[in-house]
Amino acid sequence: MYIRSAASISPQKTFNNPLFFGEVVEYAGNRLSCIEPDYNEIIDPKLTRRMSRIIKMSVASALACLNEAEIAKPKAIVTGTAYGCLEDTGTFLTNMVEQDEEPLSPVAFVQSTHNTIGAQIALLLKCNSYNNTFVNGSISFENALLDAMMLLAENVDTVLVGGMDEITDMSYAILNRTGLYKRPPGSNLHLFKSASKGTIAGEGDAFFLLSDTASKNNLACIDAVSTFYKPADIAETSRLIESFFAAQSIKINDIDLLITGNNGDTKNDEIYLQLKQLLFDGIPSINYKNLCGEYPVSTSFALWMGANIIKSNYIPEPLNPGGGLKDKIRRVLIYNHYQNIHHSLILISSC
Amino acid sequence: MDKLISELKEQIAAQLKMKNIKPGDIGDDEPLFGAGLGLDSLDVLELIVLLKQQYKLRVATAEDGQKVFRSVRTMAEYITANQVQTT
Amino acid sequence: MNAAVFVAGAGVISGIGNNVSECLSALGSSTAGIDRIKYLRTNHQGLLPASEVRLSNTELALLSGFSSSTSRNVMLSMIAAKEALDGSGINNLPALRTGIVSATTIGGMDKTENFFIDFAAGRSKGRLRDLIYHECGNVTVAVAEKLGIKHHVSTISTACSSSANAIMYGARLIKHNILDAVIAGGTDALTRFTLNGFNTLLILDEQYCRPFDENRRGLNLGEGAGYIVLVSERVAAALKNNPDCSLSGYCNFNDAYHQTASSPNGDGPYGAMMGALQMSGLQPKDIDYINLHGTGTQNNDSSEGAAIKRLFGPYYPKMSSTKTFTGHTLGASAGIEAVFSAMAIKEGIVYPNLRLQTPMAELPFVPETSFSRNQELKHVLSNSFGFGGNCSSLIFSKN
Repeated sequence: MYIRSAASISPQKTFNNPLFFGEVVEYAGNRLSCIEPDYNEIIDPKLTRRMSRIIKMSVASALACLNEAEIAKPKAIVTGTAYGCLEDTGTFLTNMVEQDEEPLSPVAFVQSTHNTIGAQIALLLKCNSYNNTFVNGSISFENALLDAMMLLAENVDTVLVGGMDEITDMSYAILNRTGLYKRPPGSNLHLFKSASKGTIAGEGDAFFLLSDTASKNNLACIDAVSTFYKPADIAETSRLIESFFAAQSIKINDIDLLITGNNGDTKNDEIYLQLKQLLFDGIPSINYKNLCGEYPVSTSFALWMGANIIKSNYIPEPLNPGGGLKDKIRRVLIYNHYQNIHHSLILISSC
Repeated sequence: MDKLISELKEQIAAQLKMKNIKPGDIGDDEPLFGAGLGLDSLDVLELIVLLKQQYKLRVATAEDGQKVFRSVRTMAEYITANQVQTT
Repeated sequence: MNAAVFVAGAGVISGIGNNVSECLSALGSSTAGIDRIKYLRTNHQGLLPASEVRLSNTELALLSGFSSSTSRNVMLSMIAAKEALDGSGINNLPALRTGIVSATTIGGMDKTENFFIDFAAGRSKGRLRDLIYHECGNVTVAVAEKLGIKHHVSTISTACSSSANAIMYGARLIKHNILDAVIAGGTDALTRFTLNGFNTLLILDEQYCRPFDENRRGLNLGEGAGYIVLVSERVAAALKNNPDCSLSGYCNFNDAYHQTASSPNGDGPYGAMMGALQMSGLQPKDIDYINLHGTGTQNNDSSEGAAIKRLFGPYYPKMSSTKTFTGHTLGASAGIEAVFSAMAIKEGIVYPNLRLQTPMAELPFVPETSFSRNQELKHVLSNSFGFGGNCSSLIFSKN
């Protein structure tokens, strides 16, 4: 499964800028917000008036991704989102309470449905193809990738896959109450420098045009995607990761770079530390959540970053894993877990 | 009537989130749907909400809405004809 | 990819019954489940009819094994999924690669909307534990854990076609040899969110809905859950009872016309039905019964009717909308109707389209108005069309 093109809007300057690393954006608080383009230049303004932020972001990335791949209409559109369209959901819920169930905004209701993003893309492109939306928490994006893999095997030759989740004032307030975020907040660039409780809130989207056609323009190849749920302990986690490698007939040492989902919370990151000792000793590894924050479908950002690293064969200073890197980064493993509930592995390689 | 028409234009622009359109750009008799402003069936429903929230007037069906919202003037006429005068 | 996928079990809970047997009994006696709203606390009680499951959360808790403070949606899902699994005849679950693909549009919104009453008054208010099922995926995971399903858990949300897409996805996981057995379908409880949402779209009927009637005025909402257990050929062969039917065709097609309205010509519905027929290798005249999406809105019934006219004319199979019984159960509808479709084949029955007084003038066919038995049904088509132009059709075929 080839990644022909990719596009992302994130808290970094990633839109139309695959080598964004040169100017990593620093955030002082514990909430990272997307850096958005001027949508009027990308989407017809008559169409954007109703679109909420997450819809505009996702449509813009989807269009950029298709443009880059020179594909007018993909043969399938699959999206993955844990929270869906939170802004519209919050608006409708608030109105319902404040106005005692009447009258209410029909647009907010219609756009609160999780498949609105995939639907808007289809509507814009007049694309009649298969259109699906996965909403399974932090493996929503991986579910979408699995669907894409099956579609490609079913002779659907191009699949547009996207992962997106947003943070709104309301959702931030709620998640903050659960103690998820760092108190006091600090710079995202120092996220891994001290051992403390809490992570930083993030959001973003990433879209990929996947195909079964080899081309020198492809960014990378997705070799395998796997998820597992609530492993009993670190031994089981380790065993499941080893099975993943065995299934691909490769050894762990065949990995040139590991991208891990450390999020700055001591307890959360302990798992990565243990696995580095048990399995990944000596393999250069980098983190990504200091750039995009923690959110359920963050692996879509990691995949965008990993694919661009493979294509450019370059990791700049801010992310430098500090030695051990081979001249050619051929194989990258993205490993992430969300609150030790859902774990995911995405293996990509140069092609 | 002119004051009402002017107010309505601002309210329509706000309710329908028309950031790029100034109220002055909407003609009094310009068709709101189809060729004119290009509004659609979802916008009819939003205007029904506007009518209820701002003027306490109820439009029961989307079909009735299509007639009332033909233009800003027809909206103003409907409001004037149906609004209960408060004393 | 040509591997057959069989329907080994079915489970359902809706406004007309708490299990398959009760629902079939109601369908057979033309007893609809639409009534004055009783369980949901809403200002629209007495104004908008709906088809609620006739059980309080306390009663659902006893049936599902969850505590009564659990999301109603989770409990509905559990009851139907368990019935499907128990009825599948699979007795070696741990030895199989099993999955659950569930669909829902509301997730745990029944609890979230209550949380919001407090939260709207102050951001520090509201009980956070009311939000643990908010995310759609958490509803599926809760049920998967209780059923002991570990290999694959996923959740789909595509408005009213959700469960159909879940069933398709489940079938494909089997065909790709990723899983051996999948519980697939969907669930949605009635909430103020959806009741008010549809009300604001002015597509709710204040009377009992009349799908495919010339004078129809809209839909009635319902709630429930419906799941089928899909198995591979190998698993089917090892079962004590031969599965009655297979899932022989399916298709998802996007109307790409408007956010909420279907195209007047019914391009989306036509594409979905045509795609399902092509996949199953069947001709339109091979279909013996269509379980219509038939919500009762002006737009859907015209659009779906136009598509059927284009595709099936001049031969029209029997057809009916069982939403005249269960109301429109949104994310659960395709799952519930998949159960009804599979049962139609198994029992040789065709359901009536209730409250049809005046057939639609623009259509050359009329849905069934009475229940019939002893039908030789070889192939049944089930339609589900959702917001965002998401159109799905499933074909079940006698084994």
